[in-house]
Amino acid sequence: MKSLAELQAIKEKMQNKVNLRASEDDNTVRVVVGMATCGIAAGARPVLNAFLKEIEDRHLGNVICTQTGCIGICQYEPVVEVITPDGTKTTYVKMNEDKVAKVVTEHIVNNKVVQDFTIGAYQK
Amino acid sequence: MKELSLNILDITYNSIKANAEKIEISISESISANLIQIEIKDNGHGMDHELLEKVTDPFVTTRTTRKVGLGIPLFKQSAEDTDGKFSISSKIGEGTAVYASFRLDHLDRAPIGDISSTMVSLIQANDQIHFIYRHSTDSGEFVLDTDDLHAQLGDVPLSEPAVLSWIGEYIKENLEDIQGGKI
Repeated sequence: MKSLAELQAIKEKMQNKVNLRASEDDNTVRVVVGMATCGIAAGARPVLNAFLKEIEDRHLGNVICTQTGCIGICQYEPVVEVITPDGTKTTYVKMNEDKVAKVVTEHIVNNKVVQDFTIGAYQK
Repeated sequence: MKELSLNILDITYNSIKANAEKIEISISESISANLIQIEIKDNGHGMDHELLEKVTDPFVTTRTTRKVGLGIPLFKQSAEDTDGKFSISSKIGEGTAVYASFRLDHLDRAPIGDISSTMVSLIQANDQIHFIYRHSTDSGEFVLDTDDLHAQLGDVPLSEPAVLSWIGEYIKENLEDIQGGKI
């Protein structure tokens, strides 16, 4: 059984890392997940949790994941926006856990947009 | 919504948007009473009487991107579909409480689902909010109070991925212990 005291160990491990993160602002990739009613009903929760897990497993210290409300394209939910350090925003639509793994590997780690999952590919 | 835990997630975002500093989420599931009760209570800015009257209407919303808001109507419907009850009370400056009950053995009752992911998502959304999550069953009660987590973690934020995944596992283990979340 887990006990609250285990958090002490995480705290010690984390403290150096938190400082590191604060100093890496120019290199930050932002991931924004739409979490309004439309997003949640379409499956945004597992998508958000999959991003959090990938960030943790791969120790992606330069990635910040945030949540937002309705982006206004409910028919394409779950919607995820990835904003790279150069300011480019990519909108991924109809996301799921499998797609998250691919977006993390190809786009966030290797800086190559996964065109097939973008809103542009779906609107054709 | 496929799971009651998704309704809880959705409704609690209203509390976050209402600038709540403290949000209490209480779930009780009882096979002996054939009842599930869910309450989400916040100390956010609250609603006036006029908005409160209209808030279960799908054509009322605070969002600006479109003219319908389905969060509260969906939660109400999911309760009433199971012969349950729904109520919402609110006071400007004091906060809002949303309550829903469900007949546990009703065919149309959605499963409670992955409440651990719901809590992780909420804490990740705003780790400055004081969350108290209580979950009781016929065999016991589990309480997660984010103040207790802060006391252990000091300056390390709850939104750190390693902390979030620990919280998720912690909730899962404790719910298994009281046989919660399976019905």
